[in-house]
Amino acid sequence: MMRRALRMRDRAVGVVAPAVLIVACALAWEAVARYGNFPPKLVPDLPTIAGAFLRLLESGTLAAATGATLARLGAGFALAAAFGVSVGVLMGRYPFVEDTLLPIVSFLYPIPGIAYAPLFVMWFGLGDLPSILLVGVSASFTIIINAWKGVRAVRPIWLRSAHMMGANERTIFTKVILPAALPYVLTGLRLGLASAWRILVAVEMLMSVQQGLGWLIFGSQQFLNTDVMLATIAVIGAIGMLLEKQLFERIERYTLVRWGMMTA
Amino acid sequence: MTASVLCERDGAAVRTTPNRRRRAVRGTLGIVAFLAIYEAFARSGMFSTAITPPLETIAAAFVSSLAGGYIFLQAGATLLRVAIGMTFALIIAVPLGMLMGRHRLAERALAPLVSILMPIPSLAWVPLIVLWFGIGNTATILVVVYAAAFPLLFNVWTGVRTVNQVWVRAAVVMGASRACVFRQVILPAALPYVITGVRLAFGRAWIAVIGGELLASPETGLGKVIFDANEYLNADVMLSALVVIGMIGLFFERMVFNRLERVTVERWGMTAKSGR
Repeated sequence: MMRRALRMRDRAVGVVAPAVLIVACALAWEAVARYGNFPPKLVPDLPTIAGAFLRLLESGTLAAATGATLARLGAGFALAAAFGVSVGVLMGRYPFVEDTLLPIVSFLYPIPGIAYAPLFVMWFGLGDLPSILLVGVSASFTIIINAWKGVRAVRPIWLRSAHMMGANERTIFTKVILPAALPYVLTGLRLGLASAWRILVAVEMLMSVQQGLGWLIFGSQQFLNTDVMLATIAVIGAIGMLLEKQLFERIERYTLVRWGMMTA
Repeated sequence: MTASVLCERDGAAVRTTPNRRRRAVRGTLGIVAFLAIYEAFARSGMFSTAITPPLETIAAAFVSSLAGGYIFLQAGATLLRVAIGMTFALIIAVPLGMLMGRHRLAERALAPLVSILMPIPSLAWVPLIVLWFGIGNTATILVVVYAAAFPLLFNVWTGVRTVNQVWVRAAVVMGASRACVFRQVILPAALPYVITGVRLAFGRAWIAVIGGELLASPETGLGKVIFDANEYLNADVMLSALVVIGMIGLFFERMVFNRLERVTVERWGMTAKSGR
């Protein structure tokens, strides 16, 4: 009885405490916006931001921008995943490939993808193609590194026993190496997706694409539409959270946990 | 992060260590091949040499940027911004993370706020920050602070939260005061996570500072060098600046953070368990 009451109190605190803090933050913002002596054009109050959000939603601008951004993210990430996993697996499997590529990969890895943006504009012009390529490039290095480490971390005894039992190279690859390396590969993909998402918004600002969330923010700056900018930032945050939490946790549950590679 | 924790295995000894010379030869081979492919591409005439300059032009641009220490000034400006931003991020994030790790109420209250703000890319804020604070240094540094604060906060929080409770209880039983438990038990135990946090934060800050310099146009900095070179179609200057950016990143990763981890974490017998 006592314990249950405590647990209920615990749960109540879990709801109330963050609610109080978020409401406090909202009130603080509202107070600054209304009485802070800042131009309301630059620091809009919450109803204005909500109004901008609804307006964007109604006119379909937000949906179109989100769709365009997600399509770019999907294309860039698919590119990075295909390229990164294959290079990483090859590096993990063949010492020759590893020795040859590792210096290049470790040199290119710390260069922020966004630094290539002006170069890509020169090479491929403005618009969708350079944005997708740039997102692909900047996401692929994390994926390469993790896939490589994953293949390297496969227990040699598994390889040897599969070999002993007469498995050929292909069976070893599909039945032993891939499942064993999968936790690392998935970690790499998750980190890659996160970095693709972080870079994409900025890339859209620099590439002047037709539509997109980053472009919506950047374009609104010209017209001092701070309310639109804040509403868009909120949408970007929400999508980022969904990508991170929902998508990959679900994939991990369906594969790794089910195969017993990882406990939930 | 979870996956990499759970699959630490005896992977290191998969192969007999290949001899270092062979490795170096192959590595050089790879780099030479990479450069040769680029050179062939540059000279193929597919693009004009103005936008894909051959290697000697890039090298010449690099050498001329060394003249008068120009490139050092730019790199210095960028690094100074990272340093200032990281300092502010440390001042904000470390105490908050510790508070969240130690006190349930603080954790409950702040966690939702953190999980709302954390997934917003720092560069998404740039146009807004520029409106509020004007273009230039302040805006760029603020972006760096935002980018660096969250990985720090998250890792400090996790580190403090996952301190082995047995150690804490043992220390309390042996009569340690709260301050003593904090200093002697919790801080050292959380340190591997803190260092991982600093390392991740530097990586994010490094991206944010270049992006900030491209978008918020301060007067100096490596990002600004690239941006200006774009105006005049100086692809050679851009590529040489990219090489400098890569070298600095590699230097910090290898020389600073790896060494830091070795002298602190490994010496004290604790290995960091959260990867990039």
